[in-house]
Amino acid sequence: MARRELGEINAGSMADIAFLLLIFFLVTTTMDTDSGISRTLPPPVPPEQQEDKEIKERNIFTVLVNRDDRLLVEGRVMNLDNLTQEAKMFISNPQNAGNLPEKEVQEIPFFGQYPVSKQVISLRNDRGTSYGMYIKVQNELTRAYNELRDELAIQKFGKKYEELEEAKKDAVKDIYPMRISEAEPKNVGG
Amino acid sequence: MAKFSRKGKNKLQAISTASLPDIVFMLLFFFMVTTVMKDQSSLVKIKLPRATEVKKLENRSLVSHIRIGTPQQTSLYGSDPRIQLNDAFATVEGISEWVSAEREKLSEVDKTKMTVSLKVDQDTEMGIVSDVKQALRKASALKINYSTTKILAYEN
Repeated sequence: MARRELGEINAGSMADIAFLLLIFFLVTTTMDTDSGISRTLPPPVPPEQQEDKEIKERNIFTVLVNRDDRLLVEGRVMNLDNLTQEAKMFISNPQNAGNLPEKEVQEIPFFGQYPVSKQVISLRNDRGTSYGMYIKVQNELTRAYNELRDELAIQKFGKKYEELEEAKKDAVKDIYPMRISEAEPKNVGG
Repeated sequence: MAKFSRKGKNKLQAISTASLPDIVFMLLFFFMVTTVMKDQSSLVKIKLPRATEVKKLENRSLVSHIRIGTPQQTSLYGSDPRIQLNDAFATVEGISEWVSAEREKLSEVDKTKMTVSLKVDQDTEMGIVSDVKQALRKASALKINYSTTKILAYEN
């Protein structure tokens, strides 16, 4: 008789308790992970050796953004839509044109002797440029590099850049290294 | 055959809900593990710019945030863009100190991997952002990330 009185604890409300907790965590959860455009700043230069590294004019792709958020690319006024195309043309220099960057033959794993262009993109903004525009320009320039890497990866390995193994990724990266110099702002005029 | 039909006709049995807590607990654990409590409240209004070519920041513990935007309480702090470090407003000069404090929190191995995420309102002018960038350069916090929202394409 004593055993019968002990009985079983009713677990029917267990689900309710669990639901309550579940709803609490559902509400407080923020799924957003930090994402954005990553850049590495140049290391600080001691004031005594403030000499600029000489880079040939043809190897530099100058992008200016003024305080009205308008673009001047290589001395020409340009729309944001054309920037990626223009940057890709500059970085890869497919026809080895004389006014686009020089190439230097380097030993690259998987590719062998490959002419790597000595491109540098110089991005300069005004203090009055809006941050939104600046990010749009950065985005377009990043897109130029990403598209070139993808094209090369598909041509060589038949896969997109992001799907490659690390060693192959590095090889593609060696051919198209991302070199965007973010100069200190100057008043580039309005 | 007769065995089955007789049983079915006699009474409709209630579905056992005994496994319901198990299912709910499973969901609960999933959310408990994935939850990240919001550790900082934003004192400034930030509408992040949008971009297509974004990358995820892998390790949250290595990331420190700098927020720049107009203050939430414009009546108290004015409407000029301000810099927020941790839970308080700061000036550009305070950044180097903040960087070394943030770096101290990391283990010796991770110190070089520290990333500063810039959460900047899209309407801010670049002047203040450039000042912050120069300050970060001086403090040798060279890995930065312009925080953006991911979109698939710009609608023009």
